[in-house]
Amino acid sequence: MVDKHLGDKIPEFSKNEAGNQSVGLTNLSAFASGPGIRSIGEVLAIISVAVIIIGGAEFAIRTMEIPQYVMPPPSAIVTALFTDFEFIGPHLGYTLVELFAGYFVGASIGLVLAAVITQFPFAEKIVAPYILMLVTTPMLALVPLLILRFGFGYEPRIIAVALASGPMVMINAATGFRRVDLAKIALARSFGASTFQIFLKIRVPMALPMIIVGLMIGAIFGLLTAVGAEMVGGGFGLGNRLTTFSATLQMPQFFAVILILSILGILIYVFFFLVGKKWASWES
Amino acid sequence: MNKPSGTAKLSVKDATKFYDTNSGPLHALDKTSLEIADGEFACVVGPSGCGKTTLLWSVAGLHSLTSGEVSLDGEAVTGPHPQIGMVFQEANLLPWRSLIKNIEFPFEIKRENPDRVHINKLIDRVGLGGFENKYPRELSGGMQQRAAIVRALSFNPSVLLMDEPFGALDAFTRDEMNLLVEEIWLETRKTILFITHNITEAVFLSDRVFVMSSRPGRIAKVFDIPFSRPRTLDLLATKEVFDLVNEIKAEIEHSPSPSQNAGGKPARAPLNEEAGADG
Repeated sequence: MVDKHLGDKIPEFSKNEAGNQSVGLTNLSAFASGPGIRSIGEVLAIISVAVIIIGGAEFAIRTMEIPQYVMPPPSAIVTALFTDFEFIGPHLGYTLVELFAGYFVGASIGLVLAAVITQFPFAEKIVAPYILMLVTTPMLALVPLLILRFGFGYEPRIIAVALASGPMVMINAATGFRRVDLAKIALARSFGASTFQIFLKIRVPMALPMIIVGLMIGAIFGLLTAVGAEMVGGGFGLGNRLTTFSATLQMPQFFAVILILSILGILIYVFFFLVGKKWASWES
Repeated sequence: MNKPSGTAKLSVKDATKFYDTNSGPLHALDKTSLEIADGEFACVVGPSGCGKTTLLWSVAGLHSLTSGEVSLDGEAVTGPHPQIGMVFQEANLLPWRSLIKNIEFPFEIKRENPDRVHINKLIDRVGLGGFENKYPRELSGGMQQRAAIVRALSFNPSVLLMDEPFGALDAFTRDEMNLLVEEIWLETRKTILFITHNITEAVFLSDRVFVMSSRPGRIAKVFDIPFSRPRTLDLLATKEVFDLVNEIKAEIEHSPSPSQNAGGKPARAPLNEEAGADG
């Protein structure tokens, strides 16, 4: 029994074959160079810059008497966030339900497809153009169609989120699974590892950094698509609040929703940053 | 369970290997035969890309031969064998595992409980005590290779295959590692097949040195290394070693291509550097 991956390969272990290619934005160096606060001085500097920017905006908007429907001052936005939270909070819940449901479905399918397809290079060649199409087509464009078919409930949004996040997860995970390090496979094989063990104990860990990057990008695309889909149609969700508040010129409330969305995006990034630090720090 | 036919622990008979490449079949090994006795330390030396690693991978059962046979204790080796431990080029530790997890990896694959007593003894023996929870990137090249040796010995195989294990190390660390390997061999008397392109290393370590000709690889000559054990680094400064190393070097440089030797048509594939089987 000779392993099918080693089968007839020339045992050469060139560095670039081991998957040291950098993948631009999706490279994990984005994690490595992430925040790392060293001293109290740095903390103070970061806080003071934030105070200057926010305070400066507040001061400028008030002294220049910019009308509230153009740009409300930061204090009005924060006030609206708290006073009107009872009108915004439930919609945050709806958006999160869509995001989690769609992302769970999309990311699961994306991961499984990536793992399966990279095992069959020929199948990969056949499927590649469609995946590329899914990645590059804005799934928001399909939302009106989905609404026609599924109505104004959760379904079209969850489907849109799944369609947006799945291919992102898949394409990154596939890049990870394609990193074949012949020497490491040979190592496992020399102890008698089965193909499944090689997959589980060599391929998955090797792919993990790229999988985490894919999950992060997929989650952020999912959030974008959920909000976008809510803006297209239906009566609930943060995106729906954005259209409503802007139509009624409730700008502090509008920006409060924007604030919530940015916090969601940052939370997604920080979550995956920590996951990457824990599970993929060996890479850097 | 056949009884061993001869006295050889490990025997390779007429091993021939062709690789399929884009530029046609690549003839890596040509009717290579060698026999290694139980407890013997044998080295294979040869120029880069002469098929040394191909030979070792075939012995390890990592890939099949086009023709020929490998046998251990008289039984054919057709796949990875529990009695064979392998030490790879550049340590080949898994970077996402701590040192101890790397060393216990064979047991995990074999779904056995790691033999902690044996492993701890080995870790102390090679001087890695206290580094168990470090990750490979936190260790020097020499320490990584020590860990790789412990990993290969952890499940107590009777044969150790070493594939240019110290090729990437600096000269001082290499000397240190060579001394360590000799000591371990003297203590355990494993059968060791060691591949290197460093002739001095081969002479220092082995009982016999097999010289391989360049592609297609074939054993051109066998040298007996008579020096007594345990050997010390001082040995490397003696005239006997110097002469022996030069003799082996001359053999490698002047060995006629076996395909011409055999009088048949040259079965040699284009010598393209990327296809070199020894990195």
